[in-house]
Amino acid sequence: MSRAQQTLTDRSMAIGLRALNRFAGSQVVDRLGLREPAERFLYGASKTTVRTAAGAGRTFAAAQRLAAPARQPTTRPSGLFDLTPSDEQRMLSESVRDFALRELRPAALEADAACAAPAQLLTQSDDLGLTMIGVPEELGGAVGERSAVTAVLMSEALAQGDMGLAVACLAPAAVSTALSLWGNEDQQATYLPEFVGERIPAAALAVLEPRALFNPFKLETRARRANGGYVLSGVKSLVPRAVDGELFIVAAVLEGRGPALFIVESGAAAVGVEPEPAMGIRAAATGRLTFDDVELPASALIGDASAEIYAECIQLGRIGWSALAVGTSQAVLDYVIPYVKDRKAFGEPIANRQAVAFAVSNVAIELGGMRLATYRAASRADQGKSFAREAALARRLASEHGMAIGSDGVQLLGGHGYVKEHPVERWYRDLRAAGLMEGVLLV
Amino acid sequence: MINLEVPKKFGFLIGQAHQVAAEVMRPNSRKYDRAEHTYPKELDMLAAVINGMNESGALSGAGAGGATRGSSENGASKNGATGDGSSGDGSSGDGSGDRASGDGASTRNGSNLASVLSVAEVCWGDVGLLLTMPGQGLGNAAIAAVANDEQLHRFGGKWAAMAITEPEAGSDSAAIRTTATLDGDEYVLNGEKIFVTSGDRAELIVVWASLDRDQGRAAIKSFVVERNNPGLKLDRLEHKLGIRASDTANFVLSDCRVPKENLLGSPEIQPKQGFAGVMQTFDNTRPLVAAMALGVARACLEETRKRLEEVGTRIDYDAPPNSQSAAAAEFVAMEADYEAARLLTLQAAWMADNGKPNSLQASMAKAKAGRTGTDIALRCVALCGAAGYGEGELLEKWARDAKILDIFEGTQQIQLLVVARLLLGKSSSELK
Repeated sequence: MSRAQQTLTDRSMAIGLRALNRFAGSQVVDRLGLREPAERFLYGASKTTVRTAAGAGRTFAAAQRLAAPARQPTTRPSGLFDLTPSDEQRMLSESVRDFALRELRPAALEADAACAAPAQLLTQSDDLGLTMIGVPEELGGAVGERSAVTAVLMSEALAQGDMGLAVACLAPAAVSTALSLWGNEDQQATYLPEFVGERIPAAALAVLEPRALFNPFKLETRARRANGGYVLSGVKSLVPRAVDGELFIVAAVLEGRGPALFIVESGAAAVGVEPEPAMGIRAAATGRLTFDDVELPASALIGDASAEIYAECIQLGRIGWSALAVGTSQAVLDYVIPYVKDRKAFGEPIANRQAVAFAVSNVAIELGGMRLATYRAASRADQGKSFAREAALARRLASEHGMAIGSDGVQLLGGHGYVKEHPVERWYRDLRAAGLMEGVLLV
Repeated sequence: MINLEVPKKFGFLIGQAHQVAAEVMRPNSRKYDRAEHTYPKELDMLAAVINGMNESGALSGAGAGGATRGSSENGASKNGATGDGSSGDGSSGDGSGDRASGDGASTRNGSNLASVLSVAEVCWGDVGLLLTMPGQGLGNAAIAAVANDEQLHRFGGKWAAMAITEPEAGSDSAAIRTTATLDGDEYVLNGEKIFVTSGDRAELIVVWASLDRDQGRAAIKSFVVERNNPGLKLDRLEHKLGIRASDTANFVLSDCRVPKENLLGSPEIQPKQGFAGVMQTFDNTRPLVAAMALGVARACLEETRKRLEEVGTRIDYDAPPNSQSAAAAEFVAMEADYEAARLLTLQAAWMADNGKPNSLQASMAKAKAGRTGTDIALRCVALCGAAGYGEGELLEKWARDAKILDIFEGTQQIQLLVVARLLLGKSSSELK
């Protein structure tokens, strides 16, 4: 069987066994006393692979089809500068923050080590209805109006618990939001019912490719026309829940047109998949997807390869990453404040020293600016105003200041920040993602 | 509903401020940068126009006097330009207090927001000239914030400077040595004041002095002194790095007698209230200085963008920073920090308009805008090379002007200290 013909399930099994073999033979594992954790990790990994076989069995079939695609109406601008969320937004973000702090935070350490989100947590997050936020009401959605601001507030709240788990929870929502925003009536009828149902499919929006200076507007993944459909080839990197994934939206250059979005069902197509753990957001179970001349039907193309839709997709994704950086940066701030007040050196709390106190001030100041810039970008999107510039500015702030906040979080705890007894080392790793990830999220 | 766009209703105000900046400030920028200590007579006519516009409501809150606070703290809502954000009593003295409602919440965009927007716009023209705008001194902000009705009536419409700093007390304003002693119906002021912006040109000087040096901060009060008071002697005018259009005066107060009705706020020494009375002014003025930095930064960014584009640099917001030229990436990075500073400033002003305590946000805005203004200005000079550094253009001047905005009304370090104390719940004796 050639590599191209291997199914996703075969490939992930093979990779799992290959990894197992390499680990088992490694003396480093014994020397460092990592045998037990490694075996635990691999046990988790093989479980994941087995689950894939079951998960990939789902078939997506058109349910009740509307005459035209349904879209959420956008919010009406009030015209006044206002930082007050609506009652609905406040309620949603409060309940999500509660979930994040109560459920995600305690599970984060283990999920980070296991490179997987606990299934039970994902079910809980599905119950929160994250995938329904962006879906029009006539298709079973949860919220009357389209609001990127609402999605930003919820993403921020989730990331306050844990960024990796937030990505795992939000990944399917990016797919349902994309289909709601840009899918035609057939695509919506085929896929959206699954995202408002009982068992939400693992799904992801795959844009990033594994090379330096990646630019989402200059993709190497390509789709050429053939047999009335498309043939997809290329590699996508750091795709959340890739091994489990049942449905992907994949960014690829459509020959003669430019970058576009394609629906790829993992069960039906010969998609290669392998785990691709990274520095951070490990709980999102990031993986690499390989498309070796994968045949797609004509119905796979979203939005008729519109350049505007693709640009919007990239921009909304960047706003999403900024929102996560805001949430995790808030977690850093909330963690370091009691720490520096409690930790004593030279007979008094280190918070009494300007060098320490000013670092805390700067975390708060840059976090404040990053948050407002992110809100502004999302709010402009909701109002139908251009937001390319604002999304870029929010991303820049999240990238640079988010990274610095992650670093300061560790620094303020000193040696204690460097060990896994405290979450700041994980936030340090997670916050670096915000400046380099593309796609995955959609607000 | 979350919306961070400037409301349309301020469009006219900002347009007016832009006209002033483009037609009066910019053409005179270099002239008064060179002719330091020469009074910019062009401003007299402008001041008359602005006063006219203020009266008509067109330029509501265009200057320092427009920044007032809501009534959530210290009950200091005095001049009718503030509303109580929680009660729905939004009657506004300057007609700029529209409310939006929905979802049971309502918001107000009033004179604080109008002020930061128009100050930023005028400082896009020239920050030095704004600082010497007749009738728009920082003393006016102090009077607007804490004066009683009688004082407002007496001092209203007069140009008021602010005298806080002393040779031995800069950021440490609680350590000021100038004393005020009650003698019959008058206070007698003695001491030395430095760095008084518009001190030579203003009609009134708001002087900080201690009623009792043994009682520390609580005894510090502000007194309105007429500029022509014989006890107030001009010592000298400073020669400065930038903002040369604005005069910076040093005074000696020797047996300077003022009517006791010229004390702003309560004459009682209330140790528990501490410094709150006098510091209150700063919650209003920090966002204004932040707005000045925004104006200078935007001037630098616009000029630099134009020059970068002239040499073929394209700024692409969709392309990742590392996929475009280093100059374009640096430009976007500067814009991002400008955006952060700008939104923090609007936030602080919006909170004041809505009666929300904003000490933390005001200091955050001042810290971010102050350092960002200087940083952007200096980087723009380098990006533009000789055109940036030479006196043929204004960039080098803006880079000199910008630095003061990270210093006066509380240095960068003082803002970080204020922010840290509030975040960490530390007193000034714990976190020094």
